[in-house]
Amino acid sequence: MTAILAQAGQVDTGDTAWMLAATALVLLMTPALGLFYAGLVREKNTLNTFMMCIGAIAVATVTWALVGYSLAFDGTGKIVGGLHLALLNNVGFAPRAGTTIPQLVFFSFQATFCIVTVALVSGAVVERMRFGPFLLFSALWSILVYAVLAHWSFGGGWLAAQGTLDFAGGVPVEMGSGFSALAAALVVGSRKDYGRQALLPHNAVYVLVGAGLLWFGWFGFNGGSGFSTGNPGVLAFTNTLLTPACTLAVWMVLDTIRGSQVTAIGAATAIIVGCVGITPAAGFISPAWAMVLGAVAAVPSYLTIVWRTRTRIDETLDVLAAHGVAGFTGILFIGVFASKSWNGVADGLFYGDAGQLGSQVVAALATPVYAFGMTYALLKAIQALFPLRGSDHDEALGMDLVHHGEEAYASGEGAILIKPEGDIEDALRVAEPV
Amino acid sequence: MKMVIAYIRHEAFEPIRADLLVKGFPSLSVSEVKGSGRQKGITERYRGAELTNYLRPKVKIECVVANGDVRLVVDTILKHARTGGVGDGKVFVLPVEEAYRVRTGEAGEEILQAHPDAAKAM
Repeated sequence: MTAILAQAGQVDTGDTAWMLAATALVLLMTPALGLFYAGLVREKNTLNTFMMCIGAIAVATVTWALVGYSLAFDGTGKIVGGLHLALLNNVGFAPRAGTTIPQLVFFSFQATFCIVTVALVSGAVVERMRFGPFLLFSALWSILVYAVLAHWSFGGGWLAAQGTLDFAGGVPVEMGSGFSALAAALVVGSRKDYGRQALLPHNAVYVLVGAGLLWFGWFGFNGGSGFSTGNPGVLAFTNTLLTPACTLAVWMVLDTIRGSQVTAIGAATAIIVGCVGITPAAGFISPAWAMVLGAVAAVPSYLTIVWRTRTRIDETLDVLAAHGVAGFTGILFIGVFASKSWNGVADGLFYGDAGQLGSQVVAALATPVYAFGMTYALLKAIQALFPLRGSDHDEALGMDLVHHGEEAYASGEGAILIKPEGDIEDALRVAEPV
Repeated sequence: MKMVIAYIRHEAFEPIRADLLVKGFPSLSVSEVKGSGRQKGITERYRGAELTNYLRPKVKIECVVANGDVRLVVDTILKHARTGGVGDGKVFVLPVEEAYRVRTGEAGEEILQAHPDAAKAM
């Protein structure tokens, strides 16, 4: 402890204040995602879908503290970091190297990224995957996939070493979750009614409120990824406003062209796609190019959703389209339009450095391959031990009743109290109507 | 004329509807209902209170057909609604005295299920 205190002295109070707030903003994104996802599923799976996100908070926080953070941020090994920071050893009030904030704050901020990324993957398997195996998968995925990819691009791993720019997580968060989601959907399989019945979102208002809260949290996510109140954070913050707004506008046009109406769920999806697109590029491109990125990013994600829904692949909530593909677009966009006059670090192809585009392409190819392959293998391994999904009967009944014994919209009609609350003499009585 | 009323599981509805449509019976009404029978209740827990709910959600189908079509419609429903488990539901057949088409005032069996093109439109 004295050693840790002795190193202290470079902490900036303003930067620390902002990062404390930013961390809380990012944590809010996970329940916001729960709301977004819950609205997109059928009524009978509302709570289970939300609980997968809440479960991610429990599981990923623990794994992150145990080993995840250390594997991601200890040392500059090519593939993974060391274990010197495991269990928060050597993580104290002294500033994290290269920042002006205590490493404890840095740890928490990065933990919230790991949590929301694990929660994102659940979108591929909602409405049929069993809750227990999902939690086991979450724990292992947060270490084997998230921590590794975070090391590659944030912790000084080989991607960062060969020059890949990734401001707030296009590699570990967006492409990591998106391409893992595709693998998860393939291993777990389609919902039994997929392709035979209309499986509709049950509450579009949840979806819009969830998207709005996610956008709010994303100001901490991108704005905090400069780890200071300096220029990169300020630029990222502003770009987080500009890009999603442009994606939203273009998405409305695409919706109009395709179906002559602007859809609410489409708009909510567009907000996510825009936030994702700017995530890797937030502190590296000018506000004007950020607006262009927003417009450009809408197209491939939109087309991916149109394509995916025509396949047999039940990647239920389109994590691949919204996160994988939009993250891919953002990572490549940096390679072309990064400008040193804004970021002070590197220029892209458009500003004269073709090499930067090369570095971005490497990340855009390696990340999907690793995320897809490792997730596929991990789920196959879990499947060998535990069934990943319940019976058709369970699926018909709904995950809420099967896994949680609760309904999102319980009325209490016809319910008989078995174990009464409080000091009630007769053990059996009809519950009072609600 | 007979009214066929069926209480079935939710997941049975879509196959029944599609099959009836193909067989030329597009006209039916559907409602979400809750009911209890021999199917055992589901245990739920809320904030320390444990309870069993015997009212289970079902789909109710109502469909009026000519006497000669009753067997076909009932068999179609039975075929798709049967899983073999308790809770598959019930089918009732009731007599119907008269039927009128509101738009024209026509009456009788001719107005029932008279949409020969419905299956083609699918």
